[in-house]
Amino acid sequence: MENLFLSMQGINKRYAGVQALDNVDFAVRQGEIHCLAGTNGSGKSTLVKIISGVVQPDPGAEIVINGNRVHHLSSMESIRNGIEVIYQDLSLFPNLTVQENISISETVSSRRRIISWKKSRETAKRAMERIGINLDLDAVVSGLSMADQQLVAISRALTGNLKLLIMDEPTTALTKKEIDALLAVVLDMKAKGIATLFISHKLNEVMEVAERVTVLRDGKSIGCFSSNELDDKKIEYHMTGTTTTYSPYHAVPDTGQVPLLQTRELSKKDNFSGINLTVYPGEIVGITGLLGSGRTELALALFGLNPPDSGEIRLSGKPTVIGSVKQAMHHGIAYVPENRLAEGLILDQSIGKNIVITVLDRLLTALRFIDKEKVNSRITHSVNELSIKIPGPEAAVKTLSGGNQQRVVLAKWIASNPGLFILDNPTVGIDIAAKSSIHAVIKQLALNGMGIIIISDEIPEVLYNCNRVLVMNRGRIIREFVSRDTTEEEIQAFIEATAV
Amino acid sequence: MKKLMARHETYVLTIIVIFSIVISIINPNFLTLENTFDLLKSYAFTGILAIGVLLVLISGGIDISFAAVATIAEYLTVSVCIAMGGSMVSAFLLAIAVGVLLGSVNGLLIHRFSIPPIITTIATMNLYYGLLIVITKGKWIYALPDFFRSFADVRVITLQTANGIPYGLSVITVIWIILMVITALMLKYTRLGRSIYAVGGDRISANRVGLNVAGIQVFVYGFMGAMAAVAGIVQALLVQTVAPNSIVGKELNVIAAVVLGGASLAGGIGTVFGTFLGVMLLAIVQNGMTLMKVSAVWYDVFVGLVIIISVGFSSWKQKTGGRRVKIDVREDLPELAAAYGGSGTDTERENH
Repeated sequence: MENLFLSMQGINKRYAGVQALDNVDFAVRQGEIHCLAGTNGSGKSTLVKIISGVVQPDPGAEIVINGNRVHHLSSMESIRNGIEVIYQDLSLFPNLTVQENISISETVSSRRRIISWKKSRETAKRAMERIGINLDLDAVVSGLSMADQQLVAISRALTGNLKLLIMDEPTTALTKKEIDALLAVVLDMKAKGIATLFISHKLNEVMEVAERVTVLRDGKSIGCFSSNELDDKKIEYHMTGTTTTYSPYHAVPDTGQVPLLQTRELSKKDNFSGINLTVYPGEIVGITGLLGSGRTELALALFGLNPPDSGEIRLSGKPTVIGSVKQAMHHGIAYVPENRLAEGLILDQSIGKNIVITVLDRLLTALRFIDKEKVNSRITHSVNELSIKIPGPEAAVKTLSGGNQQRVVLAKWIASNPGLFILDNPTVGIDIAAKSSIHAVIKQLALNGMGIIIISDEIPEVLYNCNRVLVMNRGRIIREFVSRDTTEEEIQAFIEATAV
Repeated sequence: MKKLMARHETYVLTIIVIFSIVISIINPNFLTLENTFDLLKSYAFTGILAIGVLLVLISGGIDISFAAVATIAEYLTVSVCIAMGGSMVSAFLLAIAVGVLLGSVNGLLIHRFSIPPIITTIATMNLYYGLLIVITKGKWIYALPDFFRSFADVRVITLQTANGIPYGLSVITVIWIILMVITALMLKYTRLGRSIYAVGGDRISANRVGLNVAGIQVFVYGFMGAMAAVAGIVQALLVQTVAPNSIVGKELNVIAAVVLGGASLAGGIGTVFGTFLGVMLLAIVQNGMTLMKVSAVWYDVFVGLVIIISVGFSSWKQKTGGRRVKIDVREDLPELAAAYGGSGTDTERENH
């Protein structure tokens, strides 16, 4: 075999009766850009943990790094061999400066008791130079953008003798421009002989630069493919074993009615401007555009979290001011945030409590105490309606999978029976299998007369679930597409053409 | 300048300056060397405790039991010195040994059983203090060894007032200053010091970069115990009696001073200089009120207000200065529409 950096054969791992990895073979060449793909629970994380030495494989595995057989790969051994992992949370110290964050690994491994700030500065500078970036070394990391934080994490990895960098879903929080910059860094590292392994559960930009893609499904390796023989459909098939067919949403809303929502020249300084948006009962409107186009800010404005400076909002024809979340909810508006973990759910609380939290005031006894029976029947109803797979309504939300958590968020808001439902990237971080069931729920809600706004990065998601697709760009709606008259390619081309 | 404005210390210093001006206008005795030396001596006790609390807060923990630790170290040391004799050096060493032991127990409990620090130290506070009362039956010690009496009067710099009364920089203040300098150097220039900030910033990340989080935690609580012990001895030197119930109850004042000085209860943030300013601000408020003849009952009210204003202002500043989305809104819609067709408004649709 040609210049393998890492070769693993016969990797098995059983956790408490569950076969997380089943006889997996895996290899990364020197300086290769490789992608490890699979849905949630496919065994990706377990494999990464074995490579980074956090977890040991079951006996019988053969691991060869740089031509040397490694009998026991501990995390120290893994780092010594030049393998570094950047987790999704980046493992940075928000309270420390860029300089300290970059040089800390070296400080720790050097075993020197006294810190030389001069040396630490040189280390940090050198690491940044290697990938040609230039951040303020004295800036505190908590004040940096997600993209810059990622560069700090990469720079830190580069302070050692890096040979293989593993990055877990690095692009989810980045704008198009930032992704391009990141990929440029990765290509630059490749030129220096450093291999990169991306972990991903969906096809995205990183897979385009990857040379090979290894797909895992249910703990088994489906195969290692050259990336140019793969496309969306194929990779989805490899990952899930099925292909989702999007069924377009063509149910025609009754535009003769008074619109549920109508905005006139809605503007907010440095956020958005001149927004005219109409949503009819039973209509699903999609808003797409790059990260930073103002779509989330607009959604927050409609939900009372980011009040506009000027313009008018009419709800069912009546001019309305939405100054707070309470008012928005009173007017029947519901909002599911993009970051469901941070904003939508109380993770330590039970599933049941999370579902009824928005409607507690409707579940009271005559004496204004919480009516247990009403609460329980409401919970049962919601769980059945959305077919959430749960251990029991008493289990904490954090024990659920991403897809099921998102369904709990939906259930919570559906329970309040809103007239207008705004969903910001409703299926981000959810694997393909769970996606379509959420889309089905959304369509059903629209058929029942709810007005829905879906904000999404993914063009198929808005195109196939919405009546109309609006494209936002730098704070404005720059074009409207009617779903049945357009194609994925047309919208994609338009977005790319207008990107700056 | 901008950097200075972003620092919490700047605000505390400003408030101190304003207070000092106001107080001296009303009573010129405030801004005299004599009064300043006196403040630096009598607040050495709070100040030394604050150094320990600072480290605990930076590491992301909290300690409620330090007043109990200080009392035990004080009581035990003085009792041993009375029974067996000794010197100031042996008194400090014995006290520190006791303090480190009791503090490390906190650290070990917090680490071993993952009990939240506040619960652990409330429990050990009751345990330590309860045992002390059970064993001593709450008896006060009035007759301190002679070397306690003479050491308390040692001055490093001696001056005289107009009517011939000597005053000056007390050795107690010097102990406080030395401890502050050592701690500041440790926090800034040792791997251990930086590790404490790292652990307070993000514990999981600290683990991942290979820091010994357990060891750092035990060190921090042990260090808190050592500071509590030194403060206990300082308290005995200042008041020349040992009462089992004289320190317990002052915990929140010390924590307030440290937070006032810019340390974050969430961990990862805080400096020795800020902590010093926080202690001095409390000192000035209390001393100033006495000098302005305001009744002592108002003290707590003022402390509360000062904390709210000072901490509130700097965190409000952070909140408003934090990351805000700013989008460069486009102004070239007609040109864009001409170039690509279609326009943003969706009001002109009738036929679907």
